[in-house]
Amino acid sequence: MADSGGPEAAQLSSNDPKGELGDVIPEEARSLLRKMEISVAEAEKRTGKNAVNMLETYTVYLIETRRVDSSAENQNFSPDSLWRRYSEFELLRNYLLVTYPFVIVPPLPEKRAEFVWHKLSADNMDPDFVERRRIGLENFLLRVASHPILSNDKIFYDFLTEENGWKEEVMETGFQPKLFILADSRLKALNATFRVKNPDKRFTELKHYSDELQSVTSQLLRVRARVADRLYGVYKVHGNYGRVFSEWSAIEREMGDGLQSAGHHMDAYAASIDDILEEEENYADQLKEYLFYAEALKAVCRKHELLQYELETAAQDLMSKKQQREELASGTVRTFSLKGMTSKLFGQETPEQREAKMRVLEEQIQEGEELLQEKKTECDEYVRNAWSDMERFTVQKDRDLREAMISYAVMQISMCKKGIQVWTNAKECFSKM
Amino acid sequence: MSSNLTAAGFPTQALTGEMLELDEDDDLEVFSKDVTLTDGSSVSASLPTSPSSMTNQYRFEEESDARDIFVTVDNPESHVTALETFITYRVVTKTTRSDFDSCEYEVRRRYQDFLWLRDRLEETHPTLIVHPLPEKFVMKGMVERFNNDFIETRRKALHKFLCRIAEHSILSCNADFKIFLTAQAWELTSHKKQGPGLLSRMGDTVRAVAASVRGVKNRPEEFVAMQEYVDTFSQRMGSLDKVTQRIFKEMKEYLDDLKQYGPTYVLWSGSEEELVEPLKGVAGCIDKCCQATEEQLSQMSDNLVPLLHEYVLCSDTIKAVLRRRDNIQTEYEAKYDILVNKQADREALKGEVEKLEDKVECANSALKGDWERWQSKMRGDVKAGFVSTAQKNIDYHEKCLAVWESFLTSVNADQSVEKSAGLNS
Repeated sequence: MADSGGPEAAQLSSNDPKGELGDVIPEEARSLLRKMEISVAEAEKRTGKNAVNMLETYTVYLIETRRVDSSAENQNFSPDSLWRRYSEFELLRNYLLVTYPFVIVPPLPEKRAEFVWHKLSADNMDPDFVERRRIGLENFLLRVASHPILSNDKIFYDFLTEENGWKEEVMETGFQPKLFILADSRLKALNATFRVKNPDKRFTELKHYSDELQSVTSQLLRVRARVADRLYGVYKVHGNYGRVFSEWSAIEREMGDGLQSAGHHMDAYAASIDDILEEEENYADQLKEYLFYAEALKAVCRKHELLQYELETAAQDLMSKKQQREELASGTVRTFSLKGMTSKLFGQETPEQREAKMRVLEEQIQEGEELLQEKKTECDEYVRNAWSDMERFTVQKDRDLREAMISYAVMQISMCKKGIQVWTNAKECFSKM
Repeated sequence: MSSNLTAAGFPTQALTGEMLELDEDDDLEVFSKDVTLTDGSSVSASLPTSPSSMTNQYRFEEESDARDIFVTVDNPESHVTALETFITYRVVTKTTRSDFDSCEYEVRRRYQDFLWLRDRLEETHPTLIVHPLPEKFVMKGMVERFNNDFIETRRKALHKFLCRIAEHSILSCNADFKIFLTAQAWELTSHKKQGPGLLSRMGDTVRAVAASVRGVKNRPEEFVAMQEYVDTFSQRMGSLDKVTQRIFKEMKEYLDDLKQYGPTYVLWSGSEEELVEPLKGVAGCIDKCCQATEEQLSQMSDNLVPLLHEYVLCSDTIKAVLRRRDNIQTEYEAKYDILVNKQADREALKGEVEKLEDKVECANSALKGDWERWQSKMRGDVKAGFVSTAQKNIDYHEKCLAVWESFLTSVNADQSVEKSAGLNS
């Protein structure tokens, strides 16, 4: 249906990087989502034999797609669907990372539950965890489908529509070896000797920002989990009032009914925290998405650093080759070379030897110039594309996080209202005693 | 949400209608904010009035046609001597009773003096339920002796103690009570030195121990019921006390973590541009909720915790009263046995036995009467205390609600401002 993405697609979208048309035509409409509804409708447990022929239980997710033809009157296309497991989503994402290195690729929901507060099990089979993961995976697909570049990718489209043979197809793109290069660049970034001489200021700032974002969101998630744990304790202890009131009501004539019914409200209060905190997990998930996005940001910076490094290395190599040519031509030796030393020790070279060397050097310089040019173009293009995606990302992030905080406030309001309701009811019961 | 409640059969719809009716009912002076009904405000504006004690002073006037004696405790002051440091409280009495020489008295008393008074009342009226005093020491280490909150809590409890005595038709006529309210410091000291000497009090104790060892033979049904009630009541109060302390502890820990939560949002705002306002807004809301939580904690320890504590002590008091009643009956039964079994000295013994029989009768009827009144007061206190607790919880949640609602308003206002700015540009 769509061609695989690439520079052309990037160019097209870069004409409207900020999505200024956005208010009129939502970004999604310019992409796959205009043609197709996507959802991760269900999750199911499966049991099967894995690669080492051992029985394992895993979860599969039902991806439903439905063609949406805005011009047609009859919108009732029946949905197509296929099952995928988490590892296939990971494959897809890695492929996208490699194929579009300048894109801030949307993250997947976490593999294992982290930042849990005590009640939530960290068990991957826990139905609440599976449900939240289903939502996370759907969110991932929607994000990719609404990305101006990623949404046009054929592998992505086939992921949604081709149940069989997709794995082979994605492997054939040969992205996996390149994945190692990406991983390698991570290691390189950690290596202190790998340093860029003229770092791009904007990317340095971006790297700092991504570090800060990562650090602050993980701190926030940690504190939030602790606060949730404590709040759970406060609410649950109130349940004891219910029990004691009930026992006490047995010996009271006049107050018995009031105590008994107040006790029920205390039980209701204690029980209400479960739903409240479950809902708050959605907020935590929104924060987590941007925690993981920070990692994606860092990957874009790292890739840029690698390109920059290669560019500088190419420029340096070229310069040194040019210097060698100059020395060869003028006969002075400024640069140390083993050949130079040996010729000093073992005698000068013949003119023929020098000419041969010169020819080789000229060739190398020619190649070096071409390589430098290539690298320069590659780097410039990368910077342009990355920056365009960065701007798109910033708009998305500001909008999403603002919405998240608004919905957090809404949750708090709802929690307060529930509290008021319960205590008002309890007060009523006490008043009637 | 409310479906849980309706499923359990609570008339959620009918609530508001009923509440209005009840407000008009005289019995619910607990809702009345009119403090001029009682003596508190007429004494001093500085006296922080405790609503429950007000209403209890007002409510149980069925014993006399009108209250003719009002007592307040306020104005704690610290006294430092070479030997010790202690607190005295001002005790003000207003009365129209004829057996008082004046109609207004003001004295200063320390905790020891209250202890003495209570001991005397219990000695004189062994089967009346004398309200307990706040504990001598607070063992939990939560509070220091001269901490302001501790002093205020103690003052309120002392005030309640004297009010209960003053409301009591029998106890309020007690001679020691009168001296407590009216005597100058030196007069009180010398009066304390009189009264049953150490030896005679030891004798009482020995008799009491002997009696309880012997055991009572035929405890009347109503006192059996009373004992069962008190045993259960005491356990329930103890549980409620523990639960409340636990809630306090959990809430304190919640507050500690909440205090770190807001600043994290502020930290984040340092890296952002567009998101600075909402992030700081959320941080502000959380900080305000912290404040509300502090206030909630403070009022919990001012109100519900002392109330439950008080009734744990009440249970102990009543248990002691029942024991003393038993002992009186045992004494009678013992003498009666001697009368029946021994032939000698019948006439003398008969007199004694009759006296003891009367004593038992008096003790029983005193306790019976007081039991009803105690239960009534207890119900009043419990109701007021829990209604107030519920109200405080409502207030707490309403404070937090307001904070988050105003955040939403301002954040949405920002958005519409931005939108209109965008449209105009």
